[in-house]
Amino acid sequence: MRIGVPREIFPGEKRVATVPDVVTKLVKLGFEVVVERGAGALADLSDEAYVEAGASVAASAADLWQASDIVFKVRAPTPEEVALMHEGQTLIGFLWPAQNPELMQLLSAKKVTALSIDALPRTLSRAQKMDALTSMAGVSGYRAVVEAANAFGRFFNGQITAAGKVPPAKVFIAGAGVAGLAAIGAAASLGAIVRANDTRAEVADQVVSLGGEFVKVDYEEEGSGGGGYAKVMSEGFQAAQREMYAKQAQECDIIITTALIPGKPAPKLITAAMVQSMKPGSVIVDMAAEQGGNCELTEPGKAVVKHGVTIVGYTDLASRMARQSSTLYGTNLFRLTEELCKTKDGVINVNMQDDAIRGLTVIKDGEITWPAPPLVVAPKPAPKPTAAVAEKKGGHGHSSSGPMPLKTLVMVFGLGALALWAIGAFAPAAFLGHFTVFVLACFIGYMVVWNVTPALHTPLMSVTNAISSIIAIGALVQILPPEAGSNGRPDQLIQWLAFAGIVLTAINMFGGFAVTRRMLDMFRK
Amino acid sequence: MSQSLISSSVATVAYLGAAILFILSLGGLSNPETSRRGNLYGVIGMALAVLATIVGPRVAAAGIPWIVGALVIGGSVGLYAAKTVKMTQMPELVALMHSLVGLAACLVGFASYVDTSVQYSGAEKAIHEVEIYVGILIGAVTFSGSLIAFGKLNGKIGGKPLLLPGRHWLNLLGLLVVVWFGREFVNAHDVQSGMTPLIVMTAIALLFGVHMVMAIGGADMPVVVSMLNSYSGWAAAATGFMLSNDLLIVTGALVGSSGAILSYIMCNAMNRNFISVIAGGFGSGAGKPAAKAEGEAAEPQGEVVPVSAAETAELLRDAKSVIIVPGYGMAVAQAQHTVNEITKHLREKGVNVRFGIHPVAGRMPGHMNVLLAEAKVPYDIVLEMDEINDDFPDTDVAMVIGANDIVNPAAQDDPTSPIAGMPVLEVWKARTSIVMKRSMASGYAGVDNPLFYKENNRMLFGDAKKMLDEVLVALKG
Repeated sequence: MRIGVPREIFPGEKRVATVPDVVTKLVKLGFEVVVERGAGALADLSDEAYVEAGASVAASAADLWQASDIVFKVRAPTPEEVALMHEGQTLIGFLWPAQNPELMQLLSAKKVTALSIDALPRTLSRAQKMDALTSMAGVSGYRAVVEAANAFGRFFNGQITAAGKVPPAKVFIAGAGVAGLAAIGAAASLGAIVRANDTRAEVADQVVSLGGEFVKVDYEEEGSGGGGYAKVMSEGFQAAQREMYAKQAQECDIIITTALIPGKPAPKLITAAMVQSMKPGSVIVDMAAEQGGNCELTEPGKAVVKHGVTIVGYTDLASRMARQSSTLYGTNLFRLTEELCKTKDGVINVNMQDDAIRGLTVIKDGEITWPAPPLVVAPKPAPKPTAAVAEKKGGHGHSSSGPMPLKTLVMVFGLGALALWAIGAFAPAAFLGHFTVFVLACFIGYMVVWNVTPALHTPLMSVTNAISSIIAIGALVQILPPEAGSNGRPDQLIQWLAFAGIVLTAINMFGGFAVTRRMLDMFRK
Repeated sequence: MSQSLISSSVATVAYLGAAILFILSLGGLSNPETSRRGNLYGVIGMALAVLATIVGPRVAAAGIPWIVGALVIGGSVGLYAAKTVKMTQMPELVALMHSLVGLAACLVGFASYVDTSVQYSGAEKAIHEVEIYVGILIGAVTFSGSLIAFGKLNGKIGGKPLLLPGRHWLNLLGLLVVVWFGREFVNAHDVQSGMTPLIVMTAIALLFGVHMVMAIGGADMPVVVSMLNSYSGWAAAATGFMLSNDLLIVTGALVGSSGAILSYIMCNAMNRNFISVIAGGFGSGAGKPAAKAEGEAAEPQGEVVPVSAAETAELLRDAKSVIIVPGYGMAVAQAQHTVNEITKHLREKGVNVRFGIHPVAGRMPGHMNVLLAEAKVPYDIVLEMDEINDDFPDTDVAMVIGANDIVNPAAQDDPTSPIAGMPVLEVWKARTSIVMKRSMASGYAGVDNPLFYKENNRMLFGDAKKMLDEVLVALKG
């Protein structure tokens, strides 16, 4: 099948849906690739590079849409582009089905199949390699720091120079999702002091691991809304959060906000008053600008200066690093193609049984299949089983097991008494003497062996094995006892049997002790 | 008849001394510091018991050359074996030695039966004969079972369990026949008529031993080896009853209970009960059709991320703390010395390297400890599962060398898994885990391992020794 990659026509969009490196891999999977003339130009990817990688170049968008069975896009197609589509075609890109109902209708009317990369079930670990939202967010997070550094008139890292001391910049990052974490990493590696906050307490470790400091909101509430997203928090929490933001606004030089709640306008975290309280020359990068912004004064798509604070509201951060984001996005789409084409023969199969693909597919042969039924998320197994296991912990056997329930104890003793009575009633006295010794020895063995450290279990076995060659005594007393020759005793036979017995046990005796010694000599601190 | 050097009372006291020394010997093993002395106690106890018997009233002077000859032959074979055996072969050696005890018990039993010099009557005769019968029975089971275990550990016999149709019924039938012949045996009037039931029983016992161990899978070997250890003790105890010798009874009981406790610990470590291990059948897909069908839902998801030796070295170099989890694969590949080299190198660099040992890692209890000790890994950094499991979350790299089931998170997460509830080393809680394995094949339990698909897990495929050598070179380079 032929994969077509058109030039993105959305104003300001510099990304492209595949790069030459990925083309090579797609060709290996058995696909033909057609690229529209100039598709990668804004991402510094020449048509020649695509041709070299095995793609052909289509002169116009119309030619390309006409010739392709599958179309890779970045942005959702415009109605004009949809008009170029034909029945049976497959479209893959960021379609945002919830935000674009008209587009869905148009596509449906064209009887195409559409996979919206943003609809990927992100909780599937298998899906991570296709998660373009994550890779784009990572690029954006990095770029946000670069934009902030660009607008900020000072160093990020603290320096002591001949010309005086420079304090490090303080960066506060609101929201530690993928973008936030990328921003933390980038800002920390530039040398800034990085603080971050998120309503989901579990990300604190990740913040710290990237070199940031997690700032807590002084209020107890868990903000995990499932699927790794945040949820709307209570009024009390929001008040406490505002207080914390106000404090950070006064202290920090740079604020990068990434707070998003799925399907809702971005929460307004930074008020006009907070902006006013910031030091002149400070920078706010509002990564949520497209969804209305986390800052009240954000103007989406623009960088503005208000109250002496630069507020960057660019909505195309990923596109501003077109080469990088195109490479990542192209690879995400390649991974998706691999999933679609398990047979590696250049023919895709939109398998609706596959959870990941089912989630992605928003239109199947003209029929709208969005939204996908919620995934049956495997029940979180962590807490319960560990509790069950923890109960069992604490070493082996007798040290941990509490006293037996009284009922069992009575039963065990009762049975024991009965068995002993039976033996006492029928067995002769000589036997009973031996029996006493036997039972007591079992108990001693039991007590002694529990103290053996597990590290020495092998030596324990070899030494008990050596000791069990005490059976030699049995053979020794048979080989030539004083009674030999009396009562028609078959001396010869017994002697040879006993001789063999002694040889066997001697192997054991000498070998067992020697090998135990050899082993124990190895145990050194 | 010559006059013996010591009287029977002195011999009895010597036996008492020997019994005490044996108890001290086992007690000494509670700690590596005292263990060498423990072994010495054992040697002294044994020497005391044997000498007291030889010079005691039960052995005529003319028998001494025979005894010395036998001891020299057996002793030299034993010492030679002890000297040359490789530490990775310890399980085989131990199994083989168990079989010798079993065989010796049989021989002593037969000799005792044909010995007509002491006449018993009434209940005493019956008890004596039951003792002989039981002694030979246990001895024969120990003998043949240990031989099969030896073959399995050695690789001469496949590790897969052999499951005959209706094997439980076969065993039950064998038991009934043994009981019936036991009655015949006790009722027999003279040695000749008693011999047939005795021999038939011995044959059945031998077959039973073979069958029992054949049905047990490779992963259950630690249980089997310790169980046979226990049997060899019971065989000695039964012989003691037969010969009215308290020392044999005491020693046999000590060994028997020691083996039983080890089996119990091993079973606990696998969260399985003793009966089900002995009933066999674990360790093969075929044995678990029901679990397989239910288990479909729990197919592991995600991707396996392979790494190279150089990348592994990189991860180790960057780590502050490392936990190494060895398994049978390390023993097979003889990789313990390279592991020690890597450990030494990392420790010199200030990395906190420790070892986490699962109770059933390897093919016999304590197998891994012995191998690491052989490679001169200091034993104070070799920790038990319970000691180290809580430390994984603070660990940068957990390196699993040739182990599978003992690090399988399904044991905790997936109630349908055949190994559900088995305590495991929680390597997946470390920042990164690296699993060294030959291939993606499942472990002895035949269970797929979701660990391999975890996001923070890396797979280093290849022979453990070869790969670790490469890691070491990369570390030093």
